[in-house]
Amino acid sequence: MSSAVRRRLDRLATVLLGLVAFSILGIVLGILGDIFLKGRRTVTWEFLTQIPLDGMTRGGVFPAIFGTVCIVVLMIMMALPLGVLAAIYMVEYAGQGRIARVIRAAVNNLAGVPSIVFGLFGLGFFVLFVGRNLDRVTGRDLLFGQPAMLWAAATLAVLVLPVVIVSTAEALMAVPRSLREAAFALGATRWQVVRGVVLPQAWSGILTGAILSVSRGAGETAPILFTGCAYYLPRLPVVRLTVPLLGIQVPMVNPLDQFMELSYHIFIMATQSHNTMLTRPIQYGTTLVLVGLTFTLNLVAILARRRLSRRVVKA
Amino acid sequence: MEGLVTKTDRLAPRPAVSLSSRTQPPGGGAVGGERRRVPAAKRPVLSAPRRPARLRRAAEFLLEKILFLHGMAAILLIALIFVFLFREALQALHRIPLDLWWGGTDTDWDGKAVFVQRWQPNGDVPKYSLVPLVLGSLLVAVPAVVIAGLIGLATGIYLAEIASRRVRDLIKPIIELLAGIPTIVIGFFCLVTLATLLQGIFHTRSRLNAVVGAVGVSFVIIPVIASLVDDTLRAVPGYLREASYAMGATRWETISRVVVPAGVSGVTAALILGMGRALGETMIVLLATGNASQVTFNPFESVRTMTATIAAELGSVPQGGDWYASLFLVGAVLFTITFALNLVAEIVVSRMRRKLAL
Repeated sequence: MSSAVRRRLDRLATVLLGLVAFSILGIVLGILGDIFLKGRRTVTWEFLTQIPLDGMTRGGVFPAIFGTVCIVVLMIMMALPLGVLAAIYMVEYAGQGRIARVIRAAVNNLAGVPSIVFGLFGLGFFVLFVGRNLDRVTGRDLLFGQPAMLWAAATLAVLVLPVVIVSTAEALMAVPRSLREAAFALGATRWQVVRGVVLPQAWSGILTGAILSVSRGAGETAPILFTGCAYYLPRLPVVRLTVPLLGIQVPMVNPLDQFMELSYHIFIMATQSHNTMLTRPIQYGTTLVLVGLTFTLNLVAILARRRLSRRVVKA
Repeated sequence: MEGLVTKTDRLAPRPAVSLSSRTQPPGGGAVGGERRRVPAAKRPVLSAPRRPARLRRAAEFLLEKILFLHGMAAILLIALIFVFLFREALQALHRIPLDLWWGGTDTDWDGKAVFVQRWQPNGDVPKYSLVPLVLGSLLVAVPAVVIAGLIGLATGIYLAEIASRRVRDLIKPIIELLAGIPTIVIGFFCLVTLATLLQGIFHTRSRLNAVVGAVGVSFVIIPVIASLVDDTLRAVPGYLREASYAMGATRWETISRVVVPAGVSGVTAALILGMGRALGETMIVLLATGNASQVTFNPFESVRTMTATIAAELGSVPQGGDWYASLFLVGAVLFTITFALNLVAEIVVSRMRRKLAL
């Protein structure tokens, strides 16, 4: 090949690769733009604050928003402590040994498990095994052993656990070794090094991971299909608890109740409702709300991470 | 000695300062700066230890055990998933004759017995053939990996080898945004917009078919493949490129004949992982593939994948019956396939690590 042909081929390849890379921007804009343009008109203040009306052909999605927020809060309350402590053990204690390798392999495999398998597992383990046995032990008829917010959140927590562990481990490993060595040289114990030296440096990275997991959990549908989602609930999953001494009633989220959820709401409105064409604006509106929620969370996480990496580079 | 340990105990929790102190000139200046930030009340006390050493050692031991238990969580959960999936799946294998998983007999319109491969557990004669489900999954996953492989590979190469730092900082977050779009949203987009668009192009008989699902699924795995390829190629040592340029090769020749071949196992691993994700994707295929279980090799027909079958049927099935157990068997098959794919990818990656001595 003559050098002119080779140079032209080189230029062509560069341009083509660049075009393909930027086509991803096209995909993102295509999906988000479609959702935004068609859902924009539906999403009003009333849509966000009302309950579904007239057999879910009018009204808003407030119960679904409420349920989504409740379930991801419950989920991250379970997944964050477990995942952070697991990552601390993996990075700071297990080192490069065989146990660390096995844990890492387990985490990777857990991350690769299909989301619908988590749904099967949630139903078989949390609802039917843990729940039914709790009922038997406490002598109740059917309190724990049925789909509920608690079990859905637990299932989602298992799903996002790898995300929490991996991002925490990355944050921990980004802390320079010299800092640890300095602390050890001063006589600090391992836990003192972790708590006093490593964690303060890694917090923002861990929080970024937590935000990403919340966003992931808010968007997942398959794991909660059988573990707690409700097609339609006329009330919020809230109970009134009486404070023992003061005698006042306080509303509290009831984790043993079923709930409505945004992604599940999109699914049933788009496939199960009796007139899917009629409710299309509601479907677009709900999708836009979900996209807005996860998009905001992701943007925060991406910006936080970028800021973080810049700071680490400077240091 | 005791006093010294206690002192470090109090000093240690202030590492942020020691980080910044690295940028300051060495010597007393850094220490002085650190001192000023510590409130007077928290200044290290050189008096007797707060706790006896034995107690602290016991606490340290206990903490390590607690952390160890948390570290085991991932292993325990994988084991639990395995047990609870295969417990029901074995029930299904036990109760339903083995040959029914391949196909069964049915009577046609003339009352003659014919061999059919159908998934129809709710019929008068329940049919449990896994063939249409596995075929359906493959008809979605293979085209999805082909599409996402092309786009993801090109993007990964562009990011690692060609893009300037500024372009990289622009594309990377876009890829992360794509990865962050919930699959139900992509599924909805496929169902409503993309299906119509593709039908206009290909003039297919059924609006919802395997290709619509495959394009949707490829949106999910493009980020996976692109970032893995990017990571792999950036790990290829620079001297290989320099040697290639020194021989007079152009950038494209260097990429196609030196860098990509050097990172070929990482690229393979990325494609395998993408395959695993594609087979496991649920909501997109549930919404976009039409959900007709049939034995076909035509990707423009409606298909029903393993994942969609579980998602669509498990909610309405009585617990404990044959149908219920058979859905767990489908889940177990899916789990086994994705587990094996992940394992292979991991082995390929670790082999590459060793080869490149990273």
